[in-house]
Amino acid sequence: MKGLIASTVFGIVMMFAGLGSATKKSIGLLAVVLFAALTAIGVWDVVAAPTDAPVLMFNNMLRIENYSLWFNMLMTGCSLLYVILMHKDIAKVGSHSSEYFALIFFTLCGLYLLSTYNNLLMLFLGIEILSIPQYILAGSDKQNLKSSEAALKYFLMGSFSTGVLLMGIALLFGAAKSFYIMDMVSVLHTESLNPMAMAGMVFIMIALSFKVSAAPMHMWTPDVYDGSPTPFTAYMATIAKAAAFFAFLRLFHVSFNNLSNHWTMLLACITALTLLIGNLTAVFQQSVKRMLAYSSIAQAGFMLFAVLSVNAVAWQGIVIYAVAYSIATIGLFAILVKLKDYTYDGFNGLAKKEPVLAFAASICIFSLAGIPLTGGFMAKYYVLVAVVQQGQLMWLVIFALLMAAVSIYYYFRVIIAMYFKAGNPELVAPITLGDKVALLFTCALILLIGVAPQLFLNV
Amino acid sequence: MLLLLLILIPIIAGILSFTVKGPGARTVALGGALASLAVAVPATLNSGAGPLSYDQAWIPMLGTRFSLYGDGMSTMLCLLVSIVFSVVLIVNNNKSLDRPNAFYGFIMLSQAGLMGVFLAYDALLFYFFWELALIPVYFLCSYWGGEKRITATFKFFVYTFVGSLMMLAGLIYLSMQTAGVNSYAWPDIVRAGASLSPDKQQWVFWLMFIAFAIKMPIFPFHTWQPDAYEQSPTPVTIILSALMVKMGLYAVLRWLLPVVPAGVDYWSHFVVILSVIGIVYASCLAIVQTDMKRLVAYSSIAHMGLMSAVAFSHSVIGTHGIMLQMFNHGITITGMWLIIGMVEQRWGTRNMTKLGGMATVAPRMAIAFVIISLASVALPLTNGFVGEFMMFAGLFGSADNGMMLMVIAGLGVILGAVYTLNMIQNTAYGEAAEGIKVADLSLNEYVGIAVIVGIILILGVYPKPLLDLTASVAGAIAK
Repeated sequence: MKGLIASTVFGIVMMFAGLGSATKKSIGLLAVVLFAALTAIGVWDVVAAPTDAPVLMFNNMLRIENYSLWFNMLMTGCSLLYVILMHKDIAKVGSHSSEYFALIFFTLCGLYLLSTYNNLLMLFLGIEILSIPQYILAGSDKQNLKSSEAALKYFLMGSFSTGVLLMGIALLFGAAKSFYIMDMVSVLHTESLNPMAMAGMVFIMIALSFKVSAAPMHMWTPDVYDGSPTPFTAYMATIAKAAAFFAFLRLFHVSFNNLSNHWTMLLACITALTLLIGNLTAVFQQSVKRMLAYSSIAQAGFMLFAVLSVNAVAWQGIVIYAVAYSIATIGLFAILVKLKDYTYDGFNGLAKKEPVLAFAASICIFSLAGIPLTGGFMAKYYVLVAVVQQGQLMWLVIFALLMAAVSIYYYFRVIIAMYFKAGNPELVAPITLGDKVALLFTCALILLIGVAPQLFLNV
Repeated sequence: MLLLLLILIPIIAGILSFTVKGPGARTVALGGALASLAVAVPATLNSGAGPLSYDQAWIPMLGTRFSLYGDGMSTMLCLLVSIVFSVVLIVNNNKSLDRPNAFYGFIMLSQAGLMGVFLAYDALLFYFFWELALIPVYFLCSYWGGEKRITATFKFFVYTFVGSLMMLAGLIYLSMQTAGVNSYAWPDIVRAGASLSPDKQQWVFWLMFIAFAIKMPIFPFHTWQPDAYEQSPTPVTIILSALMVKMGLYAVLRWLLPVVPAGVDYWSHFVVILSVIGIVYASCLAIVQTDMKRLVAYSSIAHMGLMSAVAFSHSVIGTHGIMLQMFNHGITITGMWLIIGMVEQRWGTRNMTKLGGMATVAPRMAIAFVIISLASVALPLTNGFVGEFMMFAGLFGSADNGMMLMVIAGLGVILGAVYTLNMIQNTAYGEAAEGIKVADLSLNEYVGIAVIVGIILILGVYPKPLLDLTASVAGAIAK
């Protein structure tokens, strides 16, 4: 877990980098280099990890499994991709560009805790370390009222959900007499289930549902995603969300797997509602940015499938889903941020003007819609397999597939606008060769996940 | 290896076409289509002796392999695909096409998808190609289609996408039931399906059937079809109606009937009735159409309805007839669309009330049109007759109410004669409008149409090669 230390150190380095007279460009470059270094450290962590047993660290507070390290590495890689694609846009948001990068490093630090926590206190700490930088990033465009509104909304709702989380943890401690997630599994049994434990579990489920924007705890998402500066929305909707999902899965599969018959139905209802609200509301959006906010809710519904199914495939599913979804969404946001007009009409005629951008956007959209040969298909495939293997929930599978068909409607509107409608989209800045290469690389990654998903899984 | 080439050649030709600027794209695509024809012929001949296969590891952890299988039915359909693509590319020489490189690139990619669908022997691979065939067609219709293309294509896309997702759920469920490690190989899927209880088979049946019924299309899942056919440019209409609907029928024969026999038994009567309703309903609608494209679109629903009715009536001779008819319908309707495309290009309208006198101004075209139309109503000595006769024999012999169903389905033939001959009368004969000057078939059109008419006549007199090729497959499916 050198990554945990490194992310903190790099974050502090980034903060100090802004003190001198460094230009925005050099700060951006420094950030890219540091993220590359962090990715390399992530790879090193994976390679150096002992294969047989998990490592306990920090007085047993962290329990480092191989798949956690693998997840960390992939998510760090996605962050690197994000920074490469967007560092120029991040620098444009405001005058404190070095601090934005520092905050992104700190969210990664939270992600590392969330993927390895062994103790509920660490879960709490991880959630906070992940969230607080996001509150700040949401409000980083200080001149913009919507940005400030987003930050305030996010902060208030986030604090509220953290309160619920703490309450749940306290109740669980009352029932299990321990904060360690491994201890709970031996204490919590269906036969002698303490109502306190049940209440605690539901509270934690609600709090985590809030973090992953599952309905009906999703209300904050559209406003926050829409109001935040676009580059940061991309980060919140992808890597930060994936981290919360991993924590969700870890807790429910490790601590509560004996109790699955108590929580499966509740979570299945949350999943169905999330899919329904996310997809149906996305249909009516006129702004692509807001559509992507709802689409992120809809995609969360699919990721909840992995949490629902207590089996080995679910772990693979969450990893591949997190990667495929993050890459495609980041790619799409990287294109969106280059446009002046965020409505569907703003995309009209993009294929004529910037064919590479339109092509890349199409691949990202195919992936989000789950068309075969893209990563998004494989991601959906894995979580579907997980839930089919679980049995019992075939109705949910069919419902989800119908909702996936609905999603075609709003995703393909972007393609229709780009390819089949005439227009002259206004760009914020000219597209450089570097942008194009990075976007095509993103497409290649998406297709690679779609053709050879085994490369992205450590089994 | 031949089978792999059948998929690879169109993919390579498609990618090359994208990179070529100007009219060279058509040449590249045509070259690809002819090359795949050159491979499809020996593949078909070889598969007469025994099925060909190709197998390669792909994604082991999903239990899926890149495995292809070419028995008589598969290779026959691949041959059909390559003939149709070659003819379409020979005839279609539209100089004013916008962005020809993308157009021909997408055309070739859709060919690759179709070949893959007909050859895949692994359920997940089959699903991949099923979708791969759809995406290029979506772009082709949406970019180069008629006025209302965007809504029409969108409807088409959403319909088929819903269906294929349902199919995916069914396939995943089946692969979970395979013994030991989950597998998508065809024999394993068949074994898994047969081992399910009849209740569960019915579930799986519906999940998969919806996908295939939308694709074919069977009444009442057909509503996407007339709009999509009408709005697509002619080459794409041909791909849709001559080839993509065969995907649905082929899938029923390969991935539904053998896989969930108990589910099929329970619902087959229902499906037969739906299909027969579709025949009569579509024929009646075809009679009142004035637009030639819509007329042929509805007639296609009627023809496919007969094939699906027979497919679900468990008769060897009927299934054998379907094999023949899949090929023949593909050939005939290709000719039909080509002529309609030429009419539209020359007269500037497809409205039959405004047409007439083709026989006086363009006699060759009129002769070809008449022959193709007669094949479409299954006149003896044309290719349509033998297949249709066998199918009716099969339907007649099927267990319950076979005779009654056959009589009602037979109405479709009579009604078919009504609207087809009516169309001939309105377009080929009668007075040519004053001052209309149209050219008869140009050389490339002549070649393409001659191939179609030649196949119609040859197979009408001597269908034995095709019957021999598919005999064992038909026997195995309908057992």
